Amino acid sequence: MSLFDWFANRPKVAPLSQEQQQREIADGLWTKCLACGALTYTKDLHLNNKVCPECGYHHPVKSHERLKQLLDADTWQPRNEHLTACDPLHFVDRKPYSERLREMQHKTGLNDAIQTGFGKIDTHPVALGVMDFNFMGGSMGSVVGEKITRLVEEATQARLPVILICASGGARMQEGMLSLMQMAKTAAALGRHRQANLLYISILTHPTTGGVTASFAMLGDLILAEPKALIGFAGRRVIEQTLREKLPDNFQTAEYLLQHGFVDMIVPRTQLKHTLAQLLRLHTPTSPPVGHRYVTPGFLLS
Amino acid sequence: MNSERKAVILDFERPLVEMEQRIRQIEQMAQESGVDVSDRVSQLVNNYRQLRQEIFSRLTPEQRVKVARHPRRPTTLDYIQAMTDEWLELHGDRGGSDDPALVGGFARLGGQPVLILGHQKGRDTKENVARNFGMASPGGYRKALRLMHHAHRFGLPIITLIDTPGAYPGVEAERLGQGEAIAVNLQEMFALAVPIICVVIGEGGSGGALGIGVGDRILMFEHAIYSVISPEGCAAILWKDSTQAAKAAQALKLTAPDLLELGLIDQILPEPLGAAHADPVQATETLKRALLDNLARLRELDGATLMRQRYDKFRRMGVVLDG
Repeated sequence: MSLFDWFANRPKVAPLSQEQQQREIADGLWTKCLACGALTYTKDLHLNNKVCPECGYHHPVKSHERLKQLLDADTWQPRNEHLTACDPLHFVDRKPYSERLREMQHKTGLNDAIQTGFGKIDTHPVALGVMDFNFMGGSMGSVVGEKITRLVEEATQARLPVILICASGGARMQEGMLSLMQMAKTAAALGRHRQANLLYISILTHPTTGGVTASFAMLGDLILAEPKALIGFAGRRVIEQTLREKLPDNFQTAEYLLQHGFVDMIVPRTQLKHTLAQLLRLHTPTSPPVGHRYVTPGFLLS
Repeated sequence: MNSERKAVILDFERPLVEMEQRIRQIEQMAQESGVDVSDRVSQLVNNYRQLRQEIFSRLTPEQRVKVARHPRRPTTLDYIQAMTDEWLELHGDRGGSDDPALVGGFARLGGQPVLILGHQKGRDTKENVARNFGMASPGGYRKALRLMHHAHRFGLPIITLIDTPGAYPGVEAERLGQGEAIAVNLQEMFALAVPIICVVIGEGGSGGALGIGVGDRILMFEHAIYSVISPEGCAAILWKDSTQAAKAAQALKLTAPDLLELGLIDQILPEPLGAAHADPVQATETLKRALLDNLARLRELDGATLMRQRYDKFRRMGVVLDG
């Protein structure tokens, strides 16, 4: 091809019109950062675990993306995937709960707001639960509670560490008190895991609130959080509206919790797998201690 | 009915109050004119009783919420003072706070030493402000846990009385780790080798109630409520309209009969005619008898059995489809 031909055949590239630009973003080729507005090639954003390379903003991630980010390839063995919610209260608000469930299942391809199973992080076998905020705001009803409890019980049997990645608005109102009791149920299962001197790492991601905060999220032996994640018990609006208190700027952020002693460390998502592997390594004794067993005070008389 | 209690009248109690006034008028007129109207009065009193029975036997969930929150409803300390032979209140979480919204201490009940804990609402506005309307802070849950660990060490059965709109949603409470405090209680209450009886005496408000709500037996007064969220909060979120609270109260299944049917509570304590606030003495008697009955049964079990059964009890809660 002569240079002349090359010029002749060269696609006519003009600067993209605004409309075209927007179409390309809409097509998903590029992703605009929700925080700083920077455009990142979507594939690159995914390679960076959906953390904006410009400003470090952590874009929301789906549970299956989490699994891919954290686990060694082809090690995921899901458990209890087929557990689904029924509608024991026949709950109807502006829409029947059963219909909401069907819509959510269709939209997310998930049966409920958490995926649980076993896998390996840098060759360390772990029991892993990943909540999915896209499914009814990651709310905890019977299915989330039951899946976590079964996972923790199986991990206790198999003497494996548990890692739970939290993302939830709290208890699922549509299952009423059944949802509230999942807080106690999951806490009980984690208590037995703890009593067996096994490691539980809880990872708080944006957002972790309500009944999930007041149960398994805050029960980690070690608690990690993603930068700027919203973490709290009561909703910010509830506090503002009912009590008319002025809220500190960084109130209920990961950084606020770190400052007040409720989080061990803040770990950017890009470092999460590395940090977890490091923690797991540090909990793998080179030679198992003999005759030493720490007994949790509450269990002395049991 | 004394004048103090008359100050608070729920809308569905109004026909009763009117009838009561009529009876009093007739009695007064009779006294003045010297005419014997005792037949007429006893008939009216009968009607009054019937009406009261009717009204309170078909309360809607929304009305039950109002009864459960009734300002004259007996509080934790009312019951403790009325049913125990001795009572010594203890204070402090040993971490810098003592929460007046969650009280606890040693008591002697039917001759036996026990630990009693409970949310404490105020009996008037001033006390309500001091008690934070029964909304406990992290320090309250940590005080409760400290006392429960003590009970565990000394073999004292634990009784918790639940009556709270919810855990306190405030800046200070968040700073001190409200979520963490409740979570730790949930976990630790499964590791106490002594009998635990929880009674919802009024309002069981979500995580704030559950924070002292893990036990071997969960009892509930007939007109008490226990809910994952307040009907008002639920309506604001799901209906985007907090005036839809009546619908939410219906949908949430928060009444004692509903929760018994769902298998989440063990026993309903019947209330006197016109609810606990109409006859606190009888309500106290009912509570005391139920506590002593359940204590006698639980005392036969050793610590390991109690803890195993407590785990299994909560393990069964939840409804899922498998496969």
